[in-house]
Parts: sequence; structure tokens; C-alpha cells
Amino acid sequence: MKDWPLWEVFIRSKNGLHHKHAGSLHAADAQMAIENARDVYTRRNEGNSIWVVKSTDIVASDPEDGDMLFEAAKSKIYRHPTFYQLPDEVNNM
Amino acid sequence: MQDIDVKSLETAFQDRIDQEIKIEPRDWMPEDYRKNLIRQISQHAHSEVVGMLPEKNWLTRAPTLKRKMALLAKIQDEGGHGLYLYSAAETLGVSREEMVRDLLSGKAKYASIFNYPALNWADMGVIGWLVDGAAIVNQVALQRTSYGPYSRAMIRICKEESFHQRQGYDICLQLARGSDEQKRMLQDAINRWWWPVLMMFGPHDSASAHSAQSMKWKIKRVSNDGLRQKFVDQTVPQLEFLKMTAPDPQLKWNEERGHYDFGEIDWDEFWNVVKGVGPCNKRRLAVRNKAHDDGAWVREAANAYAQKNN
Repeated sequence: MKDWPLWEVFIRSKNGLHHKHAGSLHAADAQMAIENARDVYTRRNEGNSIWVVKSTDIVASDPEDGDMLFEAAKSKIYRHPTFYQLPDEVNNM
Repeated sequence: MQDIDVKSLETAFQDRIDQEIKIEPRDWMPEDYRKNLIRQISQHAHSEVVGMLPEKNWLTRAPTLKRKMALLAKIQDEGGHGLYLYSAAETLGVSREEMVRDLLSGKAKYASIFNYPALNWADMGVIGWLVDGAAIVNQVALQRTSYGPYSRAMIRICKEESFHQRQGYDICLQLARGSDEQKRMLQDAINRWWWPVLMMFGPHDSASAHSAQSMKWKIKRVSNDGLRQKFVDQTVPQLEFLKMTAPDPQLKWNEERGHYDFGEIDWDEFWNVVKGVGPCNKRRLAVRNKAHDDGAWVREAANAYAQKNN
């Protein structure tokens, strides 16, 4: 018997927060994926909203490209407030 | 790939491990790291699944509705824990189908403890207290394992497991405060489970096939003997509180070491159960296979329904 498709599960723990990746599971269709996610990932009030998406629909960056993708941000220290030294009198800006 | 490239990849990999940087699914990893993890995580998942079987027999015979609901919730958690772990293993490239097939055919191993019978209600208390207690000691250490998905599964599992152990001890407490017959029942269950529980931590470090490499790769964080000692140290006061004893005349506090000393495990029994000739090996697999076969029509119906709606 072939595996059912794999789904990634995202849970929002309460209103005001992002949905966050909780894990994955197998299900025959989207509705079953939601129902299984309820049983597998929210047995203790972990959430009030569930997203499921087929794992094959997720496009991910390649870990080997990590340096190339993120180097630009690492070198821009002037984007952080701590880069700017202000006099003590106004330093709580 | 050139040998020299693999060498430098391996060095970079070990560097990341040494710096406590977690390895994630699509990162480069040595083939043996992958294989070792697939073996360990899938065995762990199978153990959760087979672990439901000794307890499910007692669901219909739980003494009260409260006990029945708690046991049902614990068993449901174990099913869930199996699922977290299967998912973690799948990120390494093994399929769920393959893992399930290996469990059902008897090719894959699972924790030997579940090949011992649960003979009466006191066993539900002692399994929760000692078996889950030993599992927790092991799993707490594994929260820091080097593979990200495994570590995350362990953190989740540990959060949920402490209820398992407490509900088990709660059953033991009630028996320990009960009639002479109930006390005898509890002592009998402790006597039967004590040694198999100590065996859960595996062979001595010196005799453990995968230990050294697993420690270097931080798949395992604490050695078998280290975990076993930790478990004994934390369990003896709980045992004494119940006014019960362990079936080990050598169990004694060692002031110098700051640990309890305990007797030697019967390693012949250990290896026999691992090799499949324990008291319940055949029965557990037969029950698991039957459940899988009996559920076939549900899986087929779900497939047919999904196809119709596509």
C-alpha cells in the first residue's frame, strides 16, 4: 500500500501570533490532513487554527546557497540600532 | 565526488556538531550518520507504537472511569509520539511505508521492554512509573541530539510524557495505601518489571555496538550506563516512598560515589529478548499485523474518496 501524501502542519497557538510549523503527517486529502493534525499536534490546546500544505508544494532554499543568500545581510551592521553611538543624554532613543 | 571533498565535508560536519549547531534535513551529512539516525529514530517510533499494546489490553478492565480516561489519553499520546518520530525519520529519506513494513515483518527492532506481559492492573501503574520513567531519562538527554527534527520531536514528547509517569505513580500510590493484597500486587509487579526496565538503557557502554560513534556525532548525548545510573538514583527514593523494595539485594547507597550501587543485569535474558525469544515477541507482532490488516479497508476507502474528489 502506497503512502498517502505528506502534509506540513502549521499551528497558530492564539490570535495575534503567526502560524508556526508544528510537524508533518500523512493524509489522503486536505480535510483528513486537518483532522489528523488536530489529533496529532493539538492534543493539549496548542492551537486555535491549523494550516496544512502538501510538502511537495513547498519550495525551499538550498542550504548550500546559504552564504550567498544571507551574506548580504550579515555585512550590513548599520541596519542595527546599536551601530549608532549616541551621547548618554539621548541614548534611550 | 572526490575523496578529498568528502574528507573536507566530513571535517566541516564534525565542526558544526562540536559547535552545537543542529543538522537539518537538507544539510550535507555522512551516509553513516544518516543510516544510524534512521535506525535509531525508526526503532524509537516502533517502540511507541508497540508500546500501546500491553496497555490497551487493560483499557476495558480499568477499575474506574477516571483511570480508563487517563490510560486512553496516555495510549493516544504514544500513537502521536510514534507519528512525530516517523515524520522525523522520513526527513532522512526513508519512507513511512518502508518503516511500517519492516516493523510488521519483524525485521525492525523496537524496545524489548514491550515483549514482557502486563499481567494485572498494578502493571499499568508500574509501567507508567518505571517504563515511562526510564524512557523519559533517555528522552530528556535526546532533546539535545544533533539532528534538528529528532531533537524537536524529543522536546515535544518530553513535554507530554511527564503526565504518563505521574499517572502511573498515582496508580502505584493508591495500591501502596490499599489492602495487603493490593500491596502484594504492587510489589509483585515491581519485582517483575525492575530488571527489564534497567535493561531498557541497553548494553554496557563497553559492549554497545553504536555507542562511540553516536556519542561523537552527538546523536546520543549520555552513555547507556550513565543514563541507567541516573534512572536508579532518581527512582529509589520514589520506591522507598511507596514502602516497596527492588528485587536486587545489591541495591545500596554508595556514599563515596554519591550514587546507588546495583547488581548485574542478566545479559543472557537481555539478548534473548532482543533476538526475539522474549515472552511476548510473537504475540505483539501478531496483534500489530492484525490491526494493520483490519484497517486496510479504511485506508482503501480514504484513497477512493480522495480520488473521487480530485
